[in-house]
Amino acid sequence: MIPGSFEYHRPQTVDEAVGLLAQHGDDARVVAGGHSLIPMMKLRMAVLDHLIDLQAIDGLSGVSDNGDSLVIGAMTTQNELIADPVLAAKCPIIAETALQIADPQVRYCGTIGGNVANGDPGNDMPALMQALDAAYVAQGPDGTREIAARSFYEAAYFTELGENEIITAVRVPTPAAGHGYAYEKQKRKIGDYATAAAAVLLTMSAGTCAWAAIALTNVGDTPLYAEDATAALVGSSVDKAAVDRAVALAEGLTNPAADARGPADYRTKLAGIMVRRAIARALERAA
Amino acid sequence: MSDAMPSVAERTQKLEGLGTARKRVEDVRFTQGKGNYVDDLKMPGMLFGEFVRSPYAHARVKSIDTSAALALPGVKAVLTAEDLKPLNLHWMPTLAGDVQAVLADEKVLFQFQEVAFVVAEDRYIASDAAQLVEVDYEELPVLVDPLKAMDADAVVLREDIKDQEEVGGHGPRRHPNHVFTWEVGDKGGADTAFDGADVTVEEFISYQRVHPCPLETCGCVASMDAINGKLTVWGTFQAPHAVRTVASLISTIPEHKIRIISPDIGGGFGNKVGVYPGYVCAIVASIVLGVPVKWIENRIENLSATAFARDYHMTGELAATSDGRITGLRCHVVANQGAFDACADPTQYPAGFFNIVTGSYDIPVAHLSVDGVYTNKAPGGVAYRCSFRVTEASYLIERMIDVLARKLDMDPAELRIKNFIKKEQFPYQSALGWEYDSGDYHTAMEKALQSVDYPALRAEQAANREAFARGETRSLMGVGVAFFTEIVGAGPIKNCDILGLGMFDSCEIRIHPTGSAIARLGTISQGQGHATTFAQILATEIGLPADNIAIEEGDTDTAPYGLGTYGSRSTPVAGAATAMAGRKIRAKAQMIAAYLLEVHDDDLEWDVDRFVVKGAPERAKTMAEIAFAAYNSVPPGMEPGLEAVSYYDPPNMTYPYGAYICVVDVDVDTGVTDIRRFYALDDCGTRINPMIIDGQVHGGLTEALGIALGQEIDYDEIGNIKGGSLLDYFLPTAVETPVWETDFTEVPSPHHPIGAKGVGESPNVGGVSAISNAVNDAFAHLGLTHTQMPHDHWRVWKTAERLGLTG
Amino acid sequence: MGKHHVKMTVNGSAVEALAEPRMLLIHFLREQLNLTGPHIGCDTSHCGACTVDLDGKSVKSCTLFVAQADGAEIRTIEGMAGPGGSLHVLQEMFREHHGLQCGFCTPGMITRAYRLLQENPDPSEEEIRFGISGNLCRCTGYQNIVKAIRAAADQINAAKEAAE
Repeated sequence: MIPGSFEYHRPQTVDEAVGLLAQHGDDARVVAGGHSLIPMMKLRMAVLDHLIDLQAIDGLSGVSDNGDSLVIGAMTTQNELIADPVLAAKCPIIAETALQIADPQVRYCGTIGGNVANGDPGNDMPALMQALDAAYVAQGPDGTREIAARSFYEAAYFTELGENEIITAVRVPTPAAGHGYAYEKQKRKIGDYATAAAAVLLTMSAGTCAWAAIALTNVGDTPLYAEDATAALVGSSVDKAAVDRAVALAEGLTNPAADARGPADYRTKLAGIMVRRAIARALERAA
Repeated sequence: MSDAMPSVAERTQKLEGLGTARKRVEDVRFTQGKGNYVDDLKMPGMLFGEFVRSPYAHARVKSIDTSAALALPGVKAVLTAEDLKPLNLHWMPTLAGDVQAVLADEKVLFQFQEVAFVVAEDRYIASDAAQLVEVDYEELPVLVDPLKAMDADAVVLREDIKDQEEVGGHGPRRHPNHVFTWEVGDKGGADTAFDGADVTVEEFISYQRVHPCPLETCGCVASMDAINGKLTVWGTFQAPHAVRTVASLISTIPEHKIRIISPDIGGGFGNKVGVYPGYVCAIVASIVLGVPVKWIENRIENLSATAFARDYHMTGELAATSDGRITGLRCHVVANQGAFDACADPTQYPAGFFNIVTGSYDIPVAHLSVDGVYTNKAPGGVAYRCSFRVTEASYLIERMIDVLARKLDMDPAELRIKNFIKKEQFPYQSALGWEYDSGDYHTAMEKALQSVDYPALRAEQAANREAFARGETRSLMGVGVAFFTEIVGAGPIKNCDILGLGMFDSCEIRIHPTGSAIARLGTISQGQGHATTFAQILATEIGLPADNIAIEEGDTDTAPYGLGTYGSRSTPVAGAATAMAGRKIRAKAQMIAAYLLEVHDDDLEWDVDRFVVKGAPERAKTMAEIAFAAYNSVPPGMEPGLEAVSYYDPPNMTYPYGAYICVVDVDVDTGVTDIRRFYALDDCGTRINPMIIDGQVHGGLTEALGIALGQEIDYDEIGNIKGGSLLDYFLPTAVETPVWETDFTEVPSPHHPIGAKGVGESPNVGGVSAISNAVNDAFAHLGLTHTQMPHDHWRVWKTAERLGLTG
Repeated sequence: MGKHHVKMTVNGSAVEALAEPRMLLIHFLREQLNLTGPHIGCDTSHCGACTVDLDGKSVKSCTLFVAQADGAEIRTIEGMAGPGGSLHVLQEMFREHHGLQCGFCTPGMITRAYRLLQENPDPSEEEIRFGISGNLCRCTGYQNIVKAIRAAADQINAAKEAAE
């Protein structure tokens, strides 16, 4: 319940934050919303000597529409995502997903950057970002680069992010107008991590699926972008046969942990159900 | 005066007595954040205690090195068993007649068992210091399965009592891991009934280990005043007087030098009945260091180390005629007591009142045996929002009725009605030894079934089952019926005592000259609203407005001796004492009034708030007038003042009952159960405050939902606790909780002074059965006889899979 | 590690103190400022008993270091009543509708309900339940809490209309 001691820093710029990370190395962590890191610190499972609070850095929040992409500041809270009119108009699956994360208080503090950066298999945004083929903008001592969400996650809590890098923004290619979408999440109770969840987006053209994306949450030690399942939908009429194929391929990708949410075989089957229901809802919404 | 006298109705309303939905007096402080809970206490010089706990479920403690912890600035002491030995406090007696280690003495027996107690200037330093204590363990084989505890090759857990023949006086132990065997009923008669029965059913039914998990964890502040030799302990105690007596017995501090105070308590639900190592260590630390010491556990400690509930593994059997008349009941239970039997039960009842297992049914012959065993799990168990083991017993019989109904292809409501104890049969002597005092089950059941239009529900279910078979829906509807009879209000001294303290309760009233009053009770509210409801009882008895009656509980220096609040006993026992004390007040008041009015006592009659001369209503004295007179104008020979005390030994337990009906829709592909509708009809006898009764039912049903649909304190094969934090332990939020429909009938208890029976725990008893019956019912037509709780998503899905439904 | 100098406004009053950076806001409020209304009910940021209103947001004060709250404007249950101690309509409605029993979740619940009604002045039953899903209660089963919040919304809206 009581964390260990640390020194607290509140840098004013990203450069300053990066500098502090580089200076203190392994003993330093950044904190955004804090609702992943601080509980771990209270259980003394995360131990650090330097806490770098990003809240004072200007320009890390907010959503901007760049035409073919939407750029979301890493410090944008889940609540801000839910309320944002640009996202509501151009990419509503983000708000739908955010509403299923945790509870109202956590959503006031939790950020999109925090949700994507840790590599926690339970977080919802990573799979969604993979489905959206988003990229994370990372700034470090050597400058700025973009890392595709689809190649960001290596293993549970292990990501491509360099030791002294900070994610400053998430760039989401704007999905085509009229796309269908759904984030289908089953959980033991509101606020829990997913027993299994699926993000699905698709566009239809004259009764045929022109484009799709399927990704899974918390049924592996990383989010799972279901490339083959996606391919099974594209070019089809999203009829039962195509959906069955997509579901089977998605299930085949899964390698869920057995925990209090259920045994592995159940979670795999449930992932399939989530994919099926998400496809159905996405199809309904597609123009 | 008589022209202006308000009517009976107006005067009754002004009192806000029995039956009124009086708003709670407690709420004024709670809604302003001005409650006074243990962790709110601050005292000069106060130190903080924190435990070092074992990571292992079963291990020898080879050594404990406290030097690094002691060297940390701000650390004042680190206690181990060695420090408690000279005081003979390294072990303490439990409420079940066993002993429990206060700090591990040579070995640990469950994960998170207390090993050392660090005392420091603040909780941050205490936490840092606890990290620095080095303990060397030698791991031992672990036993977690209660069904294997008495195997010949099972590892011996309780080496400390290995030569002890009995625990708690419950007869010879058959095995080192055996605690007790409790047997009740007529084995020969039951066997005969089964041998000759048309139909028998048998089912193994587990009631999983859960935890009451009140929102406030356990804790205390212990303060030894060395100058005056007085120990004061504020703490989360549901039974403050019992704690005082026990503290005196184990510490040799005389009882008049101990003061126990239960301030505001943030929920109890049975978790706060027993004495925990934290209380003992805080007391010792305060004595040794000469300053107050606070100990407040965190949530993980609460779930992992304080008293669990249930963990009963039950085999039930019913014998019946082919047309559904039950002719016999047999049960055997393996009771998992954990590492120490710290069950909070009356001493003669090591398995509580499990012998209420005949339930609401007229079962001519029955036999019950319970074997208590030790395992490497946290000690306990307590009655989590129920009377002792009543939830377990009620669950068993309610499930078995459904199992029998399934076998006979009879409707479960119909089978119940067929076997109910009839109104004319009360008082009813059950086959397992209880005398049920009153009830009208048929009326209650009729009302319930009509209210939900039960035949329409079954018709809808039939249509749903056909639609499912045709592949038109993937949702299965279930209808769960439960008709529970509880046994609460412990209890008559002749059979109910805790560590020798008879389970009476008490009320002491003092009326002030200006017509207000203070009453003190031996119980202690943890949210039940005693300050509001007990004033209502008195308002009706003595004719003073409830707003003018202060109710106090919880300070053993001032409150009369009582056995506390749990097992729905406050209204049946202390409520009775309150009414009786009120009647003593009124009896004296009558004599004073007669004297003032210059009439004979018998010439007066009581009229709401005053004594009136029969036939001359304009000649009256109100209770307020009598109160003042008590201090200056009492009849010759009478003592002045207006005060009374009652210690009430109830002649019997009380038997609240209810008819609950639960409608669920189970999503077969995901295992999710949606409670579509829940109707709860309760008969708690006389209803003191309908608003508070409804609140109790809502809360109890929500706790039942948690238990039935997800709560579980589970362990892996090496004794690591799973689900020991709120990340996993299922507490429903407002989203998972449905709207609860409440209803009632009112059959007063014939022996209780105001006819009340108690209600706080009925919903947990009936709720679990109704919800579980509903989930089981959803699959009953496909051959399912029983699926184990909790009915969480994955288990329900597995049930569907086994039945071939998930394709 | 050295102490941190923090300044904030709590229930309308300016506060200045020295605290270890690791001190959780809930402990700072309860122990240094003696505001024992917000409570601690868990270790894993689930129960919401510690909820305060910080810069217009409902925040679990057990999951924030006091150092992070430097410069913030905070309101706890102790700051809900009006001048002269007049109760907030939520406090009145919780009593009116029996929306509490042991009282332990109540400060966090009312503080959260306050912000909920700011976000959504006319919430449906479902929206209220979703809106308080970060606050656990063991006693009431939430039913009367929902009633109380809805009643408070009605009163606040009626007063607004009357004022217009």
